[in-house]
Amino acid sequence: MTLARGRNTIEQELAAGRWAVSYDMKCDNCNKPATVHLTEIKHGKKVERHLCEQCATTSEGMPVQGHTPINELLTNFVMAHSGLQKEEGTSCEHCGITWAEFRQNGLLGCENDYQLFEKDLTPLLQRAHEGGTHHLGKVPARRGGSGVPLSKRTDVNKLRKELARAVEAEDYERAAKLRDQIRQAEES
Amino acid sequence: MKLSDLTNRAGEWLRGSGPMSEIVISSRIRLARNISGYPFLTRISRHERQALEKRVREVVLNAQISPQTLYVDLETAPEIDRALLVERHLISKPHATAEGARGVAIGEDESVSIMVNEEDHLRLQVLRSGLQLEEAWEQINEIDDKLEAKLDFAFHPRFGYLTACPTNVGTGIRVSVMLHLPALKLTGEIEKVFRAAKEMRLAVRGLYGEGTEATGDFYQISNQTTLGKTEDEIISDFKHLVIPKIIDYEHHARRTLLNDRTVALDDKVSRSLGILRTARLMTSEEVLFLLSHLRMGINLGRVKEMDIRMVNELFLLTQPAHLQKLQGRKLEGDVRRAARADFIRQKLNGSGNS
Ligand SMILES: [Zn+2]
Ligand SMILES: [Zn+2]
Repeated sequence: MTLARGRNTIEQELAAGRWAVSYDMKCDNCNKPATVHLTEIKHGKKVERHLCEQCATTSEGMPVQGHTPINELLTNFVMAHSGLQKEEGTSCEHCGITWAEFRQNGLLGCENDYQLFEKDLTPLLQRAHEGGTHHLGKVPARRGGSGVPLSKRTDVNKLRKELARAVEAEDYERAAKLRDQIRQAEES
Repeated sequence: MKLSDLTNRAGEWLRGSGPMSEIVISSRIRLARNISGYPFLTRISRHERQALEKRVREVVLNAQISPQTLYVDLETAPEIDRALLVERHLISKPHATAEGARGVAIGEDESVSIMVNEEDHLRLQVLRSGLQLEEAWEQINEIDDKLEAKLDFAFHPRFGYLTACPTNVGTGIRVSVMLHLPALKLTGEIEKVFRAAKEMRLAVRGLYGEGTEATGDFYQISNQTTLGKTEDEIISDFKHLVIPKIIDYEHHARRTLLNDRTVALDDKVSRSLGILRTARLMTSEEVLFLLSHLRMGINLGRVKEMDIRMVNELFLLTQPAHLQKLQGRKLEGDVRRAARADFIRQKLNGSGNS
């Protein structure tokens, strides 16, 4: 595996890695998970290629970098979902950014953009965050949070996840205990 | 507190102590925050950027994030000072070289730093030696609360803390653990680490940002998911799943070297020490490699008369900006490489028997 290189910020590099690993696809050449996704125009036709890191670095015309930069992935992702291009014209009334501009550098312009581009951002967020779409962590006190990172809702969610894990591991004793805990948390 | 106070000593995180410090160099937690009502930095005007920096600077300096807080205005700071802060992991490289109003607040023992106007309006960081993730989270959470009492952070019930890049949204948390894995490298098993990290959807990087492999067997492992998990879950995955596994691999590899390849191990360590004690011209890259082997030798009891703390200090003080600060002048090319070799010989021959 190649470590991230280049002049990107640490976060962009990390981001690049994240976008890269979170697609659940198989490599076109072998059966490993595909982490590099390219959309090329060949003879006027759109060709999509999905490759694992190894095949991507050895195959012809592919980036030598281990991780595809976030911008490229964004572009490829958006191109592969052409329905999203309808939103292209919309611009934020607060900061002026358009979806096309966001695509160019991967950075949003202001806090309102998340709401404005919610529909287009959702699939991107899911890919970047292991399917996560809703915040479960700390809530600031002035936004109704208790200042403590674990709200009750979070506790229940966490227990549910643990329950799923316990069931998967066929640890039924623990699963029963967790079920009781969830019931208690929901009733209180 | 002045910036010059930092130069000739190492920060808290290089103390070489803390749990698991023979393998875990440091634990870092970073939080990304933006202030409601101001555009993100990509779309901010010069004037707004200045106003924002001034406001945050005031709040940060009054929030008592540490007994004494140093604030460095990075727009006016000389290049060498900015490079020094990068080498100490107090600011990112892009923050050092960016333009416009920006700064960093640094707590007394350097365990806390707050970057102002980086990719997000605020980037809070806590850096501690050894495996101290829970302690780091407690500390940063408290600082976050203090700042939040004065600043209205951009937040959305569904998306959480809003960040310029959607890859940080939600908790805005980035947990990184810096590991020293020389034995896995020597036994050719370092791929195991990459595989374990990948399974857990974690990123692996090198020591000093540029992330080349050639950084003396130091690896930084960070979370990538920030949305849909609590801070506690993210930290606990690190503490209970990822890090123990990698520590186990490294311990195993170290035992193999000790038991089955003792002569080869001693040869590696002795050669490194020999070069460090006698060379006249050294690049920082070479020094990182040699110190890495020396550090392993000390940790495995093959080098007795030396102290980890001094080796850790050498890692830092032989970096270009530190070396130049200590010498009090600009050094380039062979002059710099010679000064580096001199400095190391002085330190090592002073404390050992050569
Ligand atoms: Zn493949
Ligand atoms: Zn906007």
